[in-house]
Amino acid sequence: MSAATLTAAGALLPAVPFLVALMGLLLPRAPRPVAAALGIGGAAVALAVAVVLAANVNGPVEASRRWADFGDISVTIGVRLDPVAVLVAVAVAAVALAVQVYSTAYLKDDDRYGPYAAQVSLFTAAMLLVVVAGDLIELLVGWEVMGICSYLLIGHDRRLPEAPRAAVKAFLVTRVGDVGFLLGIALLGVKLGTFRITDVLANAHKLSSGEITVITLLLLAGVAGKSAQFPLHTWLPDAMAGPTPISALIHAATMVAAGVYVVARLFPLFHRAPATLATLAVVASITMLLGALAACAQGDIKRVLAWSTVSQIGYMTGALAVGAPPAALFHLLTHAAFKALLFLTAGAIIHAVGTNLMAAMGGLRRSMPVTFWSMTIGLAALVGVPPLGGFWSKDEIISVAWAGRLDGPAPTWAAWLVWVSAIGTVAVTAWYATRLWLRTFFGAPRGLADAHPHEPPAAMTVPVLLLAVPSALLGFAGLAPGFMRRLGFAGPVHLTGALFVPLAFVAVGIVAAWLMWRRDPAADPARVLGPARPVLAEAFYLDAVQEALVVRPMAALARAVRRTDETVVDGAVEATGRGTSDLGALLGRAHRAALPRAATAVLAGAVLFGLVAALIFGGMR
Amino acid sequence: MSAGQGLLVATLVFPAAGVVAAAAAPARLDRVGRLAGLVAAAATFVASLLLLPHGEPRVPQGAPIRPWHEIDLPWVPGLDLRFHLGVDGVSYPLVVLTALLTLLCCGYTLWRVPEPGHGRLLVALLLAIEVGILGVFVSLDLVLFFVFFEIVLLPMYAVIAIWGGERRRPAARKFVLYTLFGSVLLLVGVFVVVSKAGTADLIRLTGGGGLARGTQLLAFTLLALAFAVKSPLWPLHTWLPDAHTEAPTVGSVILAGVLLKMGTYGLLRVGVGVAPEGARWAAPVLGALAVAAIVIAGLVCLAQVELKRLIAYSSVGHMGFVLLGIATLTATGTQAALIGNVAHGVITGLLFFLAGAIKDRAHTGRLMELGGLRETAPGLAGLLGYAAIASLGLPGLAGFWGEAFAVVAAVQRGWMALAVVAAAGAALAAAYFLRLLRQVTHGPAVGKLSRPGLSRAELLSWGPLVVLALALGLVPAVVLNLSADAARALAEVVR
Repeated sequence: MSAATLTAAGALLPAVPFLVALMGLLLPRAPRPVAAALGIGGAAVALAVAVVLAANVNGPVEASRRWADFGDISVTIGVRLDPVAVLVAVAVAAVALAVQVYSTAYLKDDDRYGPYAAQVSLFTAAMLLVVVAGDLIELLVGWEVMGICSYLLIGHDRRLPEAPRAAVKAFLVTRVGDVGFLLGIALLGVKLGTFRITDVLANAHKLSSGEITVITLLLLAGVAGKSAQFPLHTWLPDAMAGPTPISALIHAATMVAAGVYVVARLFPLFHRAPATLATLAVVASITMLLGALAACAQGDIKRVLAWSTVSQIGYMTGALAVGAPPAALFHLLTHAAFKALLFLTAGAIIHAVGTNLMAAMGGLRRSMPVTFWSMTIGLAALVGVPPLGGFWSKDEIISVAWAGRLDGPAPTWAAWLVWVSAIGTVAVTAWYATRLWLRTFFGAPRGLADAHPHEPPAAMTVPVLLLAVPSALLGFAGLAPGFMRRLGFAGPVHLTGALFVPLAFVAVGIVAAWLMWRRDPAADPARVLGPARPVLAEAFYLDAVQEALVVRPMAALARAVRRTDETVVDGAVEATGRGTSDLGALLGRAHRAALPRAATAVLAGAVLFGLVAALIFGGMR
Repeated sequence: MSAGQGLLVATLVFPAAGVVAAAAAPARLDRVGRLAGLVAAAATFVASLLLLPHGEPRVPQGAPIRPWHEIDLPWVPGLDLRFHLGVDGVSYPLVVLTALLTLLCCGYTLWRVPEPGHGRLLVALLLAIEVGILGVFVSLDLVLFFVFFEIVLLPMYAVIAIWGGERRRPAARKFVLYTLFGSVLLLVGVFVVVSKAGTADLIRLTGGGGLARGTQLLAFTLLALAFAVKSPLWPLHTWLPDAHTEAPTVGSVILAGVLLKMGTYGLLRVGVGVAPEGARWAAPVLGALAVAAIVIAGLVCLAQVELKRLIAYSSVGHMGFVLLGIATLTATGTQAALIGNVAHGVITGLLFFLAGAIKDRAHTGRLMELGGLRETAPGLAGLLGYAAIASLGLPGLAGFWGEAFAVVAAVQRGWMALAVVAAAGAALAAAYFLRLLRQVTHGPAVGKLSRPGLSRAELLSWGPLVVLALALGLVPAVVLNLSADAARALAEVVR
């Protein structure tokens, strides 16, 4: 295919879901089948286009045109495809399609399904725009539209009182990070005179190392917000107030993946900023451990998965920090598959038992065998049990971190930090995943006596089963040299003896959880955490810290500013007005006099004038 | 007279004829009067659209003002005053915006007249305001500019004082006195410029026109203060929230949508254009005040409890971005200011339409007494959400370009600290708009709405704004290309 055809097809990736979304939003009262057909159709077309592109894009192709001119700075709009972009596009479109199909059944009784499906399409379009964007401003459009879609969809459920708050939090926390992101982009545009990614990367050598450090740190703020990295990770666990398919979309294919993808795309900038990479290494190390530890103590099945996303994205940013974007992207793809699978199976369980709490589950293995096996694959892939997806990609990250100590763009200590944290997190991940698995599917059922858990309808099981395939097999792609070279690796994965270290940690985590559970299958293995349990359940109270350090002071400041504006600034205006009318009233009163006094005053005035005249003219003579 | 000149005059004569027709209609033919006004507004809008096709301007390439169409007639020969009108890429978008918003407001008034009735008079006043605003945008003579600037004042006063809310009298009084104070400064400024330069021709004056440095500093100070009151710039803004809160819906729409633009347009065309040296001298102060406006207005909005007051304060913040763009004195900043102006007119116009509709239905504007709108009136809630999201500067919608590129221009100018604070102000905008949506649209329904659905008249008068907010976001070049040369030439003059 010619480059023009490829880029035209690339433009369709965001355009088709966008048009579908627009139609859906303009017809909020369209019949349900129409809305569903639009949503599914848009995602299916995007997936088909992405697959065709993945087969045909072998190197960078680009097309762009001028979008807007602001004086000497022009903004372009265009498509910039490379093998990485199209692979990520396939993942995004596939998850989006699964979510659309699944939602038709999951939101069966929802009277606002039409707008919902349209918003999911818009979300998909925005993420695909980020993926194919050839210009930083264009990328920013997709980036922020995703934020607003997450806001709309997290707040979708009207029965949940916490949903509006979680929705606002998701948008605001990411928007705070985006202040930095916008400034970083603005600096790049001003210093290099262009926002076009290819030109920015080609001219990056013109930036001093100080400039590039500042710019990448600013960009990193936005990335931390979108990809839920410490300290801007607080929105993601709350975001599960959205319908479960939305959690799958946000956690697997869109939003959180965007940050990692953008760093990978702009990596030549980051490569030249060791200080930024060291910062990223610290952030990543904290995030992966913090997320995994918080996941250990959650009682809500979706919250466990949400914290696991935080932790797994930490792996990806860790790989970026040690200078290995291909490893980050590999994990991004496997994670997209197994995390979407996990959320959709969790949705099936919630659908069946009517609660998110694992305390009311147990023994579902028999009543929901398909769900059981699907989730088993997902969890094993998450933990990194060979030969499932996560095993290959996580092992790759651990080995690049190990190699990064010796030669890499990041400082040695940073690579060490990532490696230690990654290895430690492997054990914690194995522990919480095993806990979730045992608590949900084994032991005696703890649900309501009259509940009869059952497999969900086909619209929900089929996407789950289809996602189980890449979750299980995508890791083997690591053995295919062609696939790995497309991601940017030098060659296929080499299995070495070093991989026994993480495997040993996996085994430790699984066995520890199992031993604890076996002692009393009805009790929560999290009791072993003892006094640390509430600390982990509250994720080290970082929400409270954020509330105390940011939210409340802002609210107090806002009230104070409003009072000042009303009493001082406007007070001065009102006082001027009042003072003038008071003065006028005073003068008016002085002029309101009875005849004798008025006559006296007139005469006195005449005498005064006379005197003045006499003095002046008398003096002159 | 050429066709272009005819159209220029028509944009002023049509609404003026509408004023007469609407006001002359007897009380029992109120609707006929409103209809006549609507026809005049529509004719004006068409005339404004037809101004777009044009030949090569008379003024040579590189000049900061190159009118597409121009008419220059003696007016008061004894005082050397001329009736000099023209439209160029800087003023054209604002001319169309003014004509469009007036048309929509007249259409809305055809359907719904606020208390105490007499819709034909309201329409007549709206058209009178239109004459003044359009006159400001097309004047190329400084004295003429001043005259049109003043025409707007009294009709707006009457709109607020007659059709306003409960505390309309004090609000209208404050509006008129405060802006009169600005007008006095403008008058002195115009007098200083015209007497020193010996001409009132804006084309000749632009670029300094040989004014001495001291004169320019004085002139810019006076003009900038006058326009700062109108725009408004913090801390000269306090007339705005009161006026907006009390004004009837159409009054608010015109006030926010186009009346404020007289200030920013005046600052750019007259202030910066006529006294560039003064502008250079005052730019850092102007920039700092603009950023202060962004943040302070944002914080006030965060603690605001009344719907229309909140939107009024958000206007102060948005105009802060526009003023920041102007203050950078760069082509980038000027372009950002121009598209920011238009976007704000579209989006805030829509927001005030919606706020008015909500207040009409719920009979309260207090946020505490509103809630659950998406349960009771999903259409209204959806539109409010859309307008709020557009107003918080979401990329892809109209509001983004002006704000993001005001920040870019500040970075370009080397005002890193101001850029950081302004960008943080954009995050603040997200915070207060989402707080607004959470209180008004989410949660359980509070109170009863008198009419949950949307009428056709409402959809017709809001629809163009909804479409424009998206269209300008996707294709900003529609506005930017018109003014690209003028912005570059102006930046060249100031440099």
